[in-house]
Amino acid sequence: MANKILAVLEQREGTIKKVSFEVASTAAKLSKELNLDVEAVVAGAEVSNINEVSKYGISKLVHFKNSEFNNYSSSAYADVFSGYASEVGATYIIVGNTAFGNDLAPRLSVKLNSGCVVDCINLTVESGEVIATRPIYAGKSNLKTKLNSDVKIFTIRPNIFKAELSDAGSFSVDVKEVSNPNLKSKVVAYKKSEGKLDVAEADIIVSGGRGMKGPENFNLLESLADVLGAAVGASRAVVDAGWRPHREQVGQTGKTVSPTLYVACGISGAIQHLAGMSTSKYIVAINKDKDAPIFSVADYGIAGDLFDVLPVLTEEIKKIKS
Amino acid sequence: MKIAVCVSHVPDTATRIKIGADRKAIDPAGVTYIINPYDEFAVEEALKTKEKIGGDSLVYVITVGGEANKDTIRKALAMGVDEGILLKDDNQRDSFGIAKALADEIKSLGCEIVFCGKQSVDYDNSITGQIVAEMLNYNCVPVVVDFKIDGNKITAEREIEGGKEVVETELPAVITTQKGLNEPRYASLKGIMAAKKKTITEKPAIPSTNFAEVLDMNLPATKQPGRILGSDSSAVAELVKLLREEAKVI
Repeated sequence: MANKILAVLEQREGTIKKVSFEVASTAAKLSKELNLDVEAVVAGAEVSNINEVSKYGISKLVHFKNSEFNNYSSSAYADVFSGYASEVGATYIIVGNTAFGNDLAPRLSVKLNSGCVVDCINLTVESGEVIATRPIYAGKSNLKTKLNSDVKIFTIRPNIFKAELSDAGSFSVDVKEVSNPNLKSKVVAYKKSEGKLDVAEADIIVSGGRGMKGPENFNLLESLADVLGAAVGASRAVVDAGWRPHREQVGQTGKTVSPTLYVACGISGAIQHLAGMSTSKYIVAINKDKDAPIFSVADYGIAGDLFDVLPVLTEEIKKIKS
Repeated sequence: MKIAVCVSHVPDTATRIKIGADRKAIDPAGVTYIINPYDEFAVEEALKTKEKIGGDSLVYVITVGGEANKDTIRKALAMGVDEGILLKDDNQRDSFGIAKALADEIKSLGCEIVFCGKQSVDYDNSITGQIVAEMLNYNCVPVVVDFKIDGNKITAEREIEGGKEVVETELPAVITTQKGLNEPRYASLKGIMAAKKKTITEKPAIPSTNFAEVLDMNLPATKQPGRILGSDSSAVAELVKLLREEAKVI
């Protein structure tokens, strides 16, 4: 019977992403508890920071190489990884729950006839089985689940699992050239959003709601975001009103986020918004209405006019940073 | 061409979740169910695609679940979908089980293009569309915010971290829809009346065994409310101090 755990890494423009070190570390930890071998796999053209993977308890990495692999191709990547998983008899596959992982993992699960649990925030081993915890209803509830298939796939939420340094003793990279990849579905271009941080990846988010009174006032938030190195987020109300683009929306029909710091400005805290951000490590609320539900999840609040508070806050932080 | 839209019937996003007695699912008492919000974009895109292609194109709405799912089918029919299909199963299925039933039906109908929401707002799995595609050996582009079809060729933009990927592929394909793709139309009164005359076919969903076993459902620990530091900008100095010294986040 099979005996391997695979950490599927993600590279963008030739650099392995931070979440992939979390994937590597999580797979390495599970391999010890389950007494399995662990290997990391990546598909790409040239990948610059492959050796960094060795810091996270990984001693073997397989690089599937093709000049077309700089860009993601769901069809090609799924073929390559599922083929390799079958070849080496992988029983567990760990992937990051990113756009990439979310596209790839279910395809692998069909090819390998395995179950797939997405967006895990905790993975524990109990009596030799992996028990996954994942938020559902956008975080209003948590589900504990396990898989009863031979092969088991888990995608892990970014920024939750630690990339723990662990020396595996040795490190080897096996480069496998892939000829004639299946490119029937492929990415032909990547359009970066104009210089803005994405709420899903940001460590600090400064978010605005209806209390901002109009799209023209979001420059106040952008100034604060600039000094903090933060992403700008938005409530559903302001996205629906067309003040901000949907990619900034936080909450049940937007993104679920867990930054270190979340600053909610003029957001009352509707249940679907709270569901999407209440796992943030620290929450600051600035709102005129002292009874707004947002204060029930905030660590620090100012029950005042954001047009008075925000410029002063931006200035104060600017002073510290300079 | 035959077009399929796969939809799910979910608790309204304003619902406060109560856990059921078995701790495996929510307590449905008093919960209002709606069409999954992301599926409305799928219905709209299917209708737009039909309008573009013209000819004798037909749009089918397919859902897996109990009798109550017919409300969601009717909503789609009222928006302009031609026929509804309920694949009946009163038991909870995992994404795989739902996808298996959908794929089986899509195959027997011979739909070449399938739209579904990028995720359901209940279990937030976000993988059913991709699984359906893989089962049928169709191409798939998930989380699409811009969609173009020209003959057999599809160009779709999908949302990823920090930007968008432009994906090129071909029919047959599954597209999962993200907010921002379109503005779903409202069902007109005429549409609602017409929907009453449209066919809803009901048949058992093909059997499937779940891979995922639910062990427990629970509510996350609620956060303790913190401190209100003041009511104007004079509280900013203290806020900054706490963020620096207590929270250590700036």
